[in-house]
Amino acid sequence: MTAVELLRIEGVTKAYPGVVANSDVSFTIHEGEVHALLGENGAGKSTLVKMIYGLVKPDQGRMTWQGAPYAPAKPSAARASGVAMVFQHFSLFEALNVAENVALGMETPPPMRELAAKIRAVSEHYGLPLDPARMVGDLSAGERQRVEIIRCLLQSPKLLIMDEPTSVLTPQEVDILFRTLRQLKEAGTSILYISHKLEEIRALCDEATILRRGKVVGSCTPRDATAREMAEMMVGATITPPERRVGEKGPVALGVSDLSVASPIPFGTSLKSVSFTVAKGEVLGIAGVAGNGQDELLLALSGEIRTEGDRVRIHSQPVGDLGPVERRRAGLVAAPEERLGHAAAPNMSLTENAFLSGVVRQGLASSGFIDWGKTENFAKSIIETFDVRTPGTHVAARALSGGNLQKFVVGRELLQDPEVIVINQPTWGVDAAAAASIRQAILDRAAAGAAVVVISQDLDELLEISDSFAALNEGRLTRPRPVEGLTIDEIGLMMGGAHGMEVAHHVG
Amino acid sequence: MLKLERRPTPSQFWSRATPVLAVALTVVAGGIMFALLGKNPFEAIRTIFWDPLFGEFAWYLRGQLMVKAGPLILIAVGLSLGFRAGIWNIGAEGQYIMGAIAGAALGLAVFPTENRLIFPAMVMAGALGGWAWAMIPAILKTRFNTNEILVSLMLVYVAQTVLAMASTGFLRNPEGAGFPGSRNFSGYEAARNGFLWEGAGLHWGGVMALATVVAAYVLLQRHILGFQIKLSGQAPRAARYAGVKPDRLVVLCLGVAGALAGMAGLFEVSGPAGQISIDFNSGYGFTAIIVAFLGRLNPVGILFAGLLMALTYIGGEMAATNLGLPSAAIQAFQGMLLFFLLACDLLTNFRIRLAKREAH
Repeated sequence: MTAVELLRIEGVTKAYPGVVANSDVSFTIHEGEVHALLGENGAGKSTLVKMIYGLVKPDQGRMTWQGAPYAPAKPSAARASGVAMVFQHFSLFEALNVAENVALGMETPPPMRELAAKIRAVSEHYGLPLDPARMVGDLSAGERQRVEIIRCLLQSPKLLIMDEPTSVLTPQEVDILFRTLRQLKEAGTSILYISHKLEEIRALCDEATILRRGKVVGSCTPRDATAREMAEMMVGATITPPERRVGEKGPVALGVSDLSVASPIPFGTSLKSVSFTVAKGEVLGIAGVAGNGQDELLLALSGEIRTEGDRVRIHSQPVGDLGPVERRRAGLVAAPEERLGHAAAPNMSLTENAFLSGVVRQGLASSGFIDWGKTENFAKSIIETFDVRTPGTHVAARALSGGNLQKFVVGRELLQDPEVIVINQPTWGVDAAAAASIRQAILDRAAAGAAVVVISQDLDELLEISDSFAALNEGRLTRPRPVEGLTIDEIGLMMGGAHGMEVAHHVG
Repeated sequence: MLKLERRPTPSQFWSRATPVLAVALTVVAGGIMFALLGKNPFEAIRTIFWDPLFGEFAWYLRGQLMVKAGPLILIAVGLSLGFRAGIWNIGAEGQYIMGAIAGAALGLAVFPTENRLIFPAMVMAGALGGWAWAMIPAILKTRFNTNEILVSLMLVYVAQTVLAMASTGFLRNPEGAGFPGSRNFSGYEAARNGFLWEGAGLHWGGVMALATVVAAYVLLQRHILGFQIKLSGQAPRAARYAGVKPDRLVVLCLGVAGALAGMAGLFEVSGPAGQISIDFNSGYGFTAIIVAFLGRLNPVGILFAGLLMALTYIGGEMAATNLGLPSAAIQAFQGMLLFFLLACDLLTNFRIRLAKREAH
């Protein structure tokens, strides 16, 4: 192919405190090419496209747009160059109609009637049915995405960036979207397509760049590669699971059977008949791409979502219908993924946040009255044991860096002498040394007899600390398998397995 | 160009200084308003803030201060618990009216029996009346997820209609020659809420208000329920994670606020007001919202805010009669106080920086 270069990215690096989001990333997008950006969550895809769209400035490296240096200071500069982006989360006003929403995103909107005609023309031309007069509040997720796409197309972009566009779509809507994208490609528009759905990429994309932990780990032509090959690159074929401690399993401490939960989160994933058991001293690692039911699983285990009693059992006692306080009393602690606002109250002090979940098991209140002295000591012991960097216990949780707060939150749960531990993303945003100490702390609790469920998107982490391994996919959990002897191939199949089954199901 | 920058932790200094700053700005802006109305601003401000405390009639007006502040504080403390939890009870006025009617009805039903238990029973009935009225938005919210702001506010107007019915119908004084209004409690010893300390204007309502301030302070500082209230308002998801049941909190906060407002109504009707009349309510339930925020939703702050608000009430009335200021101007003056307070509030969590304009 001797296509013209549209955008060249060379040696781009972007670091945030504690984490390098992109390190020396280089790739090239040609005109009329659909280029896939592939990687697990946290691999640095979002940061990279934000730099292209002018939302983030790179620390190092340079970008070249049609042969000229390209450094957009803000999104409007990027748009002026011909870059358009459809975000994963829409920014639309539900109480306004389609045309009004489109007008809001334009620098100089034409008169409303003219705009409506334009929208109708573009939507017909690209086969994206959309009525400009309809209220956005009445539209489905797929239709809302069309509003965003048409908003972009009205700018006649040269490069269209799409961030995980199919995560909110039905299979039929995906078909329509792909037809549109192919038509755009025919017309010479380049598309940067971000996804972790391998089959989609194989069906749509011409080239793929694979990111892992902020670095380009490979590139390929998706049509010629198998999904498994791409998964290996995405996950890293170099994983060498550490030697497993061979310990005999204790009695089952946490049992979950046929747990189905409707998601309380908009666009969330409902859990579908999840079953597993975790024995005393066992660490169960649950992998899966974000948004496949991880948050819901944590809520159902922590007691924030209640179910029938016998769906969740602690030491064979039904707890499914109990709330968080009773489950903590029964021995279960949970650390949600979102630190600020869920695991911790942003404006409250560390002492107050220690009380938040520590009150039950640490006995920080007697007949309803809070023992602040004892609570402060508990907060201090968390800070000391987990090396939380803070001026003191009086500091508001939001003043801590993400990694430090993560250490505080995980430490708070692990220090409560728990019998069952559920943690979602234990080392998210934490630097390598702290991550290692958190993992060690988890293993220490397991060695002391706790049953542990670790939900994570970091496969390396799961393979390092888990005894058994399962994957969540669209709210379904695969049967847990011992980590020992598990190959990357098998992990890839487990993570993508449910997709395959679903297709087979439709066909059969 | 001015730029707002979020503080890493809320400023202790500004959280205390903003009420003072807000009062100062209100005096300045209010003075300008009075001047525009053609009055001497210094005289107007002096009449409102100085004369009630140290002027010619201070011996009487100082007592009035606690009479007015008592119900404001009692209601505002109850409201502040809900506001802290993110439960917006705007209908304290209605709960106040219904408490007064319920308590007064009990007292009037047993008239003219003399028994020491009558007054305490009336207080209980008053609390119950206000509580029941607040349970309507509470149950509608927990069962049907209605908006408690709208429901509680609308119920104020229902309560006002019930009040009119009571004073012209079922609670009307049978010996009142057909005039609207109930019997006057001042002549009924067992049901009368007399002054315990006349010079300070202290009646049982004032005692209750002070006790409530202490109780609310302990609740918020030391009790797990107070912690849950604060947590729910600041981080609802963290509250659920901590095991707080949101519905229980809605019922509790609306119930406590309703009961306290109802009690305030009873103390008023059996004391300073003396009887149920068509216009017995004087907006305490609404003013208490301002008092709650002026006091930073803190019980001790509310104590001072209630006294300050009572001062503007009394001083405002004096200014209206002595200087001929329209009562709307006094209300605007009180509104300014809340406006400036909320505006200054920003300084607690943000700092203002001078920022240079970006190059492009």
